[in-house]
Amino acid sequence: MSKKILPLVLGAAMGVAASTAASATTLEDVKAKGFIQCGVSQGLPGFSNPDAQGNWTGLDVDLCRAMAAAVFGDASAVKFTPLSAKERFTALQSGEVDVLSRNTTWTMSRDTQLGLNFAGVNYYDGQGFMVRKDLGVTSALELSGASVCTNTGTTTELNVADYFRANNMPYEIVAFEKADEVVAAYDAGRCDVYTTDASGLYAQRLKLTNPGDHMVLPEIISKEPLGPVVRQGDDEWFNIAKWTLNAMINAEELGVTSENVDEMKSSDNPSIKRMLGVEGAFGESIGLSNDWAYNVLKNVGNYEETFNANVGPDTPLGISRGVNALWSNGGFLYAPPIR
Amino acid sequence: MASSQMFQIRTEEAPTLPAPVSTTGVIGWMRQNLFSSIGNTILTVIGILIAYWIIAPFIQFAFIDAVWTGDNREACLPQDGGHSGACWAYVEAYFPQFIYGRYPSVETWRVDIVYALFALLLVPLAIPSVPYKRMNAILFLIVFPIVAYFLLTGLVIGGTVILPIVETAVWGGLLVTLVIAVTGIVASLPLGIALALGRRSQMPIIKLVSIIFIEFWRGVPLITVLFMSSVMLPLFLPEGVTFDKLLRVLIGVTLFSAAYMAEVVRGGLQAIPKGQYEGAMALGLRFWPMMYLIILPQALKLVIPGIVNTFIGLFKDTTLVLIVGMFDLLGQIQSSFTDPTWSTPSQGHTGYLFAAIVFFVFCFGMSRYSIFMENKLHTGHKR
Amino acid sequence: MSVMEQDSAGAPARASLMNDPKVRGYFYQVLLVVLLLTFGYIIVTNTVANLERQNIASGWGFLGNTAGFGIIQSLASYSETSSYGQAIFVGFLNTLLVAVVGIFCATIVGFVVGIARLSNNWVISRLAYCYVELIRNVPLLLQIFFWYFAVLRAVPGKREKWSLFDTFHLNIAGLRGPKPIWEPGAEFIGYALIIAIIATVAVSRWARKRQEETGQQFPMFWTAVGLIVGLPVITYFITGMPMQLEHPNFVETGPRLRQGFELGVGMNLIPEFLALTAALAIYTAAFIAEIVRAGIQAVSHGQTEAAHALGIRQGPTLRLVIIPQAMRVIIPPLTSQYLNLTKNSSLAVAIAFPDLVSVGGTVLNQTGQAIEIIGIWMAVYLSLSLLTSAFMNWYNQRMALVER
Repeated sequence: MSKKILPLVLGAAMGVAASTAASATTLEDVKAKGFIQCGVSQGLPGFSNPDAQGNWTGLDVDLCRAMAAAVFGDASAVKFTPLSAKERFTALQSGEVDVLSRNTTWTMSRDTQLGLNFAGVNYYDGQGFMVRKDLGVTSALELSGASVCTNTGTTTELNVADYFRANNMPYEIVAFEKADEVVAAYDAGRCDVYTTDASGLYAQRLKLTNPGDHMVLPEIISKEPLGPVVRQGDDEWFNIAKWTLNAMINAEELGVTSENVDEMKSSDNPSIKRMLGVEGAFGESIGLSNDWAYNVLKNVGNYEETFNANVGPDTPLGISRGVNALWSNGGFLYAPPIR
Repeated sequence: MASSQMFQIRTEEAPTLPAPVSTTGVIGWMRQNLFSSIGNTILTVIGILIAYWIIAPFIQFAFIDAVWTGDNREACLPQDGGHSGACWAYVEAYFPQFIYGRYPSVETWRVDIVYALFALLLVPLAIPSVPYKRMNAILFLIVFPIVAYFLLTGLVIGGTVILPIVETAVWGGLLVTLVIAVTGIVASLPLGIALALGRRSQMPIIKLVSIIFIEFWRGVPLITVLFMSSVMLPLFLPEGVTFDKLLRVLIGVTLFSAAYMAEVVRGGLQAIPKGQYEGAMALGLRFWPMMYLIILPQALKLVIPGIVNTFIGLFKDTTLVLIVGMFDLLGQIQSSFTDPTWSTPSQGHTGYLFAAIVFFVFCFGMSRYSIFMENKLHTGHKR
Repeated sequence: MSVMEQDSAGAPARASLMNDPKVRGYFYQVLLVVLLLTFGYIIVTNTVANLERQNIASGWGFLGNTAGFGIIQSLASYSETSSYGQAIFVGFLNTLLVAVVGIFCATIVGFVVGIARLSNNWVISRLAYCYVELIRNVPLLLQIFFWYFAVLRAVPGKREKWSLFDTFHLNIAGLRGPKPIWEPGAEFIGYALIIAIIATVAVSRWARKRQEETGQQFPMFWTAVGLIVGLPVITYFITGMPMQLEHPNFVETGPRLRQGFELGVGMNLIPEFLALTAALAIYTAAFIAEIVRAGIQAVSHGQTEAAHALGIRQGPTLRLVIIPQAMRVIIPPLTSQYLNLTKNSSLAVAIAFPDLVSVGGTVLNQTGQAIEIIGIWMAVYLSLSLLTSAFMNWYNQRMALVER
């Protein structure tokens, strides 16, 4: 019906951010518009959270900034789109965002059935439980009969069902649309238990009226490797996302930080030379300039720096490196070499 | 009787006695309206009690125990065992966010101008006695949206930035509420008129399509429409074409309210006597001139109260966009609850109370206006 | 557009085709159809391409897959191993439950407030006026949040309770009460109830006929109460009381987590349900009150005066003269309010009550079947709305017949 098309046509004609990128690759498209559109959460302290002025900070946010630095040499050439758990994949599929860096769990079905690719893992997480200290619970196995608050539209909802069923414990699930509502309901005492990714528990605990009255139980009931996601079928862009993350991890391993990166350029270590573009043409191989990793490190920093600035022990979240330490320190972080 | 003084003739009128004290003044009014019978007395007492139970705690919370100034949650925490009242200091601290969302603070003057223009154009349009209605309407319905659009989103001509671009992702608060409600109503008006005409058309296909369209949107809840616009609309578009999130919501809201608008306009069309149509035809007017010159001006005037009521409904319904992750006034308030700086037991109550007051002021004002217009319009059509 | 037809009749026979309204009418319609088809074609091809690209298989096969998530309240049997289809059905039943309970409460409150609005008692009518204006002008979603988040904080925590007659208990986990446990033989009580309802209908028909013929009234109300309550109660005792009440179990000892009400014992109305129903009922009641007031005011005052002149007292005047006439004005807008309430129940998604939209949303998330899920939503709400329109048409026709 003409009446139906009218607003569509109008909208398109007015060009209200109706962007077309029919045949270009994501990289060309991004270069053409001058910034990366990055999908983030609607507010998860430590990962992607806007402050009162609307500036985004967090581990996931820094990854997007790093990609902007790799592409443009400018970490501020990035715009953020807050997405709910429900919309995030649609937004990436439809091209509304160029990269989704929104504490998204890498699962097989998401990787294979949604037309998406996970470019790596920037935080190894697992689902945990938070309870009030005065409940006297010390283990998740004592949670029989508890009521559990969580987010709908996430893997946590399914994990918790599996966990309680496997351990033969009755439970009651209250699943909200928005994380803020879960926090509010848990804070009001509607539920005994709040479950989500362990990192999320530390982050959300800050929002409770008395954070000190709550504790996170030791059990981790699932594997939640969180990482950036791009569209399937654009290998160039996939490589940029993948190697930006790898460069940040490699830099930590090689001891290159945002502060010493200029000195490190004259380092004798061939690995550092290759990474910083002094030797070889690795940047060109992914469609960027050869100093791409230098830009990432100069403007954003290595993995350790972003971790410590956003979620580390000195931040309100106070998360220790744990499994997110380098492999050489007993963690899981192991980036393929730049060679 | 022969005797002369056996009877008395009154020569002057007896003075009018005042009505018994029990029927006049405050006492009389109370006797009549409050205590006319035992049952009524009981009702009065119950009513006063109910009012007291509601009003007393409210005043206690909103005024007596309230905290008016402060820099963080310390100010609003309940003092040793006392009640915690409304934390207005928190609303004060967040006020800019409630009005502008995360709109960059150096650019908020642009929003202020839009608000001012809106008020400046709407007020004379709403007062029936102010002249230049047509001019005013054109300014409000056509010029204003364009100006507001560029003011709010920014303007770049040939690479020179005249007004820096502000993405809709940072819009929020009352700004988003008003943008959705006003755009929804303004855009749905022409669509609604077209649908109403289509529904009254004698061309069977046009009539059928209009009916299906109207009944479809009226039959489904707005929230499913919003989900549809945020999840399903991207599927309908060719690869690589994306719409701004706000625009998607606007499309959904417009289609939804167009259906309601169509029914309101249809009511107006039906109220126009057949003689008007016949008169117009007798003058040799074709369909569109007849509609444009004769029928619609009368019909639309008749349905102003209906349009205002639709607008009130839409204004209230904008709160639903928070479910699809946008920050309207209520969404912005809700998202501020998670700020640890202001987290107190009374924070939620204060925020919701503030939202309720804002919505009430807007909606109540509009509904009064609608009643005023109804009465005004009614005079011409009294039987 | 009767205009055009008449116009054409008087038009010169050899007007050019362009000016023949009939031809133009066909032209516009064909144009519309072509536009619609093109539009549909574009949408369908885009969607198919997008789905293919995203590897989403369209179709209804996913309904049979295991859901894997829990639902806090279900009227039908449901567990994590049930299918998506069953989950959606549970959501649908929850929507119906909220709608039915909400409509019931809203009607009662609405009528009371609507009549109170016309009360001679100044305090009562003002109170009703304030209620209506306050509730109508505040968004429903805000009211739902108020009931859920603000009132929720005011009730006792999980390990405490407020009790009424030691039977009903309220705390943050919901409103608990005794749950009837049916034993074999209980089905007869159901049969008795059905028989009682049929009998009531029969008696009322007979009573109305007799009243029309002889003018004698029959105490229909009490007969109905007697039949509908009495018959099942008698059956209950005859069949040997095949029903027991299961009271909720409040645990006060043991580990703190287990204190409070035991899961699954007794009946529990979860707070999400209570908040949603309360908000919907109170919100809709404000609109119903206005409809009732308008309906009563639409009955001319002469009716009241005539009834009073006949010596009928205030109560019976209202019940026998005013309300039956007002109902004719009240019912059509009332049904559309009922429909609004049902549609508004979809706001459940904001406070985690598992209604059709909320459960559907979860399924949508797990499967990515956006089109199918939204199709189900639309189909359900549209059928409810069509059923309501059908009822309204039927009612209007019936009213028209009664009119003399």
